[in-house]
Amino acid sequence: MNRRDFLKVAGSGALIATTSGAAEARGNLPVPDNAVGMLYDSTLCIGCRACVYKCKEVNDMPNVVRDGEVQWDQAEELSGDTLNIIKAYKQGTGETKNSAVDGFAFIKRNCMHCVDAGCVSVCPVSAMQKDPETGIVSHNPDACIGCRYCVAACPYNVPKYEYDEAFGQIQKCQLCNQKGVERINKGLNPGCVEVCPTGANIFGTREELLQEAKRRLALKPGEDYTYPLERVGSTYGHVKAAPDYTQHIFGEHEGGGTQVMVIAGMEHTKLGLPDLPERSYASVSETVQHTIYGGMLAPAGLLAGLLYFARRSCKETDKEGEDEV
Amino acid sequence: MSHHHEHAPIGGRLITLPFLFLSALALIAVVLLVERFMYGLGAVTNLNDGFPWGIWVVYDIVVGTGFACGGYVLALTVYIANKGKYHPLVRPALLASLFGYSLGGLGAIVDMGRYWNFYQMFNPAQQNFNSVMLEVGLCVAAYSIVLFIEFLPVIFEKFRADEWKKKLEKILFIFIAIGVLLPTMHQSSLGSLLIAMGGKVHPLWQSAYLMPVLAITTAMMLGFSIVIFEGSMATVGLRQPSETHLHRGLIKVIRALLVLFFIVRLGDLLYRGVLGAAFSGTLQGNMFLLEMVLFLIPLVVLSSANLVRQGRFLLIAAVSLLLAGALYRFNAFLIGFDPGAGYIYFPSVKELLVSIGIVAIEILGYLFFVKMFPVLPKAHAHA
Repeated sequence: MNRRDFLKVAGSGALIATTSGAAEARGNLPVPDNAVGMLYDSTLCIGCRACVYKCKEVNDMPNVVRDGEVQWDQAEELSGDTLNIIKAYKQGTGETKNSAVDGFAFIKRNCMHCVDAGCVSVCPVSAMQKDPETGIVSHNPDACIGCRYCVAACPYNVPKYEYDEAFGQIQKCQLCNQKGVERINKGLNPGCVEVCPTGANIFGTREELLQEAKRRLALKPGEDYTYPLERVGSTYGHVKAAPDYTQHIFGEHEGGGTQVMVIAGMEHTKLGLPDLPERSYASVSETVQHTIYGGMLAPAGLLAGLLYFARRSCKETDKEGEDEV
Repeated sequence: MSHHHEHAPIGGRLITLPFLFLSALALIAVVLLVERFMYGLGAVTNLNDGFPWGIWVVYDIVVGTGFACGGYVLALTVYIANKGKYHPLVRPALLASLFGYSLGGLGAIVDMGRYWNFYQMFNPAQQNFNSVMLEVGLCVAAYSIVLFIEFLPVIFEKFRADEWKKKLEKILFIFIAIGVLLPTMHQSSLGSLLIAMGGKVHPLWQSAYLMPVLAITTAMMLGFSIVIFEGSMATVGLRQPSETHLHRGLIKVIRALLVLFFIVRLGDLLYRGVLGAAFSGTLQGNMFLLEMVLFLIPLVVLSSANLVRQGRFLLIAAVSLLLAGALYRFNAFLIGFDPGAGYIYFPSVKELLVSIGIVAIEILGYLFFVKMFPVLPKAHAHA
């Protein structure tokens, strides 16, 4: 094989390797066996922000105060100090709850604990971890190098870096199960669930939450339904007429599915949730990466060829040099 | 491999007016970096919760290491394709690559939010081989060391350490081979970094499976163009003999890369049916068109026997291609990056001054080495 052939083979080999990954494509990751999460029902939320306040208490973070007025917490966006937030949608006169036109609605934003989490896939030092049992996505600041690839790769803009600190770290919701808190391990509910007065945000296994969401979407508007507080099957609940649900469980399939899911009386995009394909971006990224580097075979083969030709060139040049002398 | 008589320091005064000006720029950057380390990234940059990567990542690393591909493409040309006649171009290209990469690596550490944990990238217990970032980080670090080893013969030659130089040259082919492998890997992976960002990257630049192909093609084009650009600068600025006759030989391969790039790039956009976005009149659409024009200029110039005969036009083609490759990467990582939720980013003055300072350090280092060390080909070699 001469050089030209080698370069052609190597080049087209690389091209084929990068473009024909479909056969060995890594699909979306499966849902962990005991995946836990939350179901947020926008139609039940009254926007009291008790969950925002409680979250700060559990995570020991300062409340955001605006205009010198202390009112629970005034955070407008997730940040290094705010891991959970209630945002409002308002259109036209803003009179009718859950109506996309002339109405208003609330949306709770926090980590979605993706089934196939982008932040976990892209983290070079495994600082982002998905618990193999519960599926909770946690963060380890002692491993984190602060490259912020997780921030760029999260479709929900959830991980936040503390830019205003000399030794900042990444902050995100860890479902109140991080070291030192461990509410889930202790059998408690996440802080935001515990304080929710209307059951707009409930905790449970992903499976039972998905079933609960499906039951609610099947309700006829106006039909009475007993909404549980904190967990599916809780002894505490309240009876309320069902709203006109939009027939979509956000998080059932989005980006490979999430463990925190949302149902609402309007389209998810109106509430600021993104449109995502069913296939996770992480699975596409890993497919490309492992197609090229699987077992390091392609790089090893390429290196062998490069060594051969580099050695020959160096020898030839050496000889020429001697001839000149 | 003994090229004792081919290279020589060009000498001349080191402390010149441009030297002082560049030193001032470098000093400003150093002062701003002190501020960054004392008060955090937010004190100096406009990075925010939607835009985690600014020009320190996109210019200093993504574009900067692309500009530093001269050493890579010349190693490929001279040692793998065995075109020995380009050998005079190798050392200055290696030097520029060495500075480009080591300062890119330095830029990465400066930008890291938790730089003291940097060693975790080398800790097998923490390494995540699913992460494109891990591969880029390890490869760039390794390649910086390889570039230094490839450049060592120059230093041995300067200090007349002939024995050492001989010993090294016996095994240098190993480092040359690794020095071709590593950039092939991480330069293509720089494109793969964007895949995981999915819909945040504008469809005009989110090419998913083709990302690595487009990235490595632009890396090679940037490498060849920078060789022509730097050679021309040395001719004009340092009164070195012209190397245009050698640069001409590179035209064919640059043209082939350009054609490959256009086929893959446009083919991908047509296949995905998103080419219409180019004419949407948005910032992204217009920047895409500008990018295409900048790629088209070198293709037109290099395809015209008439134009290419004039050294001026060859330089214009090279500069246009440098801008095109840089803009492609800027577009993909920043201008076409939209996290949603109304986040915007534009670099702060301090952020820009740091990046400018890093370029100043690169030029200072280049000037120092070509004046004091045997980097550039001896003048009479061309006579």
